[in-house]
Amino acid sequence: MSGLEVSHLSYRYGAKMALDDVGFAVEPGAFCALLGPNGAGKSTLFGLLTRLLVAPEGGISVAGHDLGNTPRAALAQLGVVFQQTTLDLDLTVRQNLKYFAALHGLSGSVASSRIDAALDRLGMRERAREKVRTLNGGHKRRTEIARALIHRPSVLLLDEPTVGLDAAARQAITGHVHAMSDDGTTVLWATHLTDEVAPDDRLIILHQARVLADGIASDICQDTPLQAHFLNLTGAEVS
Amino acid sequence: MTIYLTSLRAIVAREALRFVHQRERFIAALVRPLVWLLVFAAGFRAALGLSIIPPYQTYITYETYIVPGLCGMILLFNGMQSSLSLVYDREMGSMKLLLTSPLPRWWLLFCKLVGSTMISVLQVYAFLAVAAMFGITMSPVGYVTVLPALVVSGLMLGALGLFLSSFIKQLENFAGVMNFVIFPMFFMSSALYPLWKMAESSELLHDICALNPFTHAVELIRFALYASFNGQALLWTVLVTLIFTAAALWGYNPARTGLSRKL
Repeated sequence: MSGLEVSHLSYRYGAKMALDDVGFAVEPGAFCALLGPNGAGKSTLFGLLTRLLVAPEGGISVAGHDLGNTPRAALAQLGVVFQQTTLDLDLTVRQNLKYFAALHGLSGSVASSRIDAALDRLGMRERAREKVRTLNGGHKRRTEIARALIHRPSVLLLDEPTVGLDAAARQAITGHVHAMSDDGTTVLWATHLTDEVAPDDRLIILHQARVLADGIASDICQDTPLQAHFLNLTGAEVS
Repeated sequence: MTIYLTSLRAIVAREALRFVHQRERFIAALVRPLVWLLVFAAGFRAALGLSIIPPYQTYITYETYIVPGLCGMILLFNGMQSSLSLVYDREMGSMKLLLTSPLPRWWLLFCKLVGSTMISVLQVYAFLAVAAMFGITMSPVGYVTVLPALVVSGLMLGALGLFLSSFIKQLENFAGVMNFVIFPMFFMSSALYPLWKMAESSELLHDICALNPFTHAVELIRFALYASFNGQALLWTVLVTLIFTAAALWGYNPARTGLSRKL
């Protein structure tokens, strides 16, 4: 097993419990949706998975590398798309990607060919010379996903990557990322939108700092639609 | 080893590129000390008599006296400016990108420090060139020997900025930094008046000024501009650089709870 493993993870902000004994494992090459309402602890979990935060309890393993003991080996295997855009707006798409490649020790022709491949994959090659500021929301997201692939990570984390995008852009990005898991990349996709989860996706439901459900989406829901099941489970009223 | 150099080059290049994009920042950085030099110093020349103190070998004008202090001012403002940009980076998320790369955090912060110092030093040289156009010149050797002094002082003030940035929660709090860091550091130093003058009015103030690391940075620059060496100032500046750097590393430690809410 060498995808993403999380065990007994707890984290608190002062008195408030943000994550309470969270544990799950995602097999290599699986697309796993992490579904949770706002405030469920998804962003804290992402902070811990990317080592922006360090948990006093619990362990995280990325592609077999322990994040606590060998953080650099683990981070090297990790591609991250943060909820908030982290692109430099005044630089072009290619300049942004080159900067990122350098942070992973890639330069020259190796970096160029990796960048071209990543841009091709997301259909962004023809926009490589455009300034990020001029791109629309969907293309910015695609640029960020392309960037997260340059160092060929085995695990890709995406924190609500479709927030603020229109339906077409959301569908395109969901499709692109599903295709990546088919190629062997382990994907953890955090969202609060039930329509981004396919019936045969792996699904983890996070609510009030705990894992409420963990399994294949269609098994968890049985015959109820996911949205109704999710609202029921998290105690929200169906409007 | 290459990953270290590649990342250093990229981070420094990005700082430089960002600086080029902010032309207003460069102009402000240049105009501020020039106003002091050409307006403030002209007014003060009459009010202040200076005696011969090392490294000067003859009576000097007040304009000549404050040039090193104004070099220090540029480094100080720029150090704080880079701290501001780090807070901005954190709010905009690009800090996350940096901190999740597979490099040790101390190296990433060091690269940031090198980038901001390089920009500071270039600004100081631009200022010295304009000052020379107004007739305030140093010996040609002085322009060379001042370089290492500027680098060390720039690193010290950059490290201070880095440390402060790990504690500033929002961009809005930057005004507080102005009031509580920049102004006291600048005015309670030997940048505008020699310390013996300060002692005449208040012993306590003199002692505070003598402890202020910015005083040592300014003195290091002052001596270096005249191709002389001030060992004590160098020692203090290097020591304080190490302390600020250690504090900045502590400030950016992911296990530090105070940081959690901000990232």
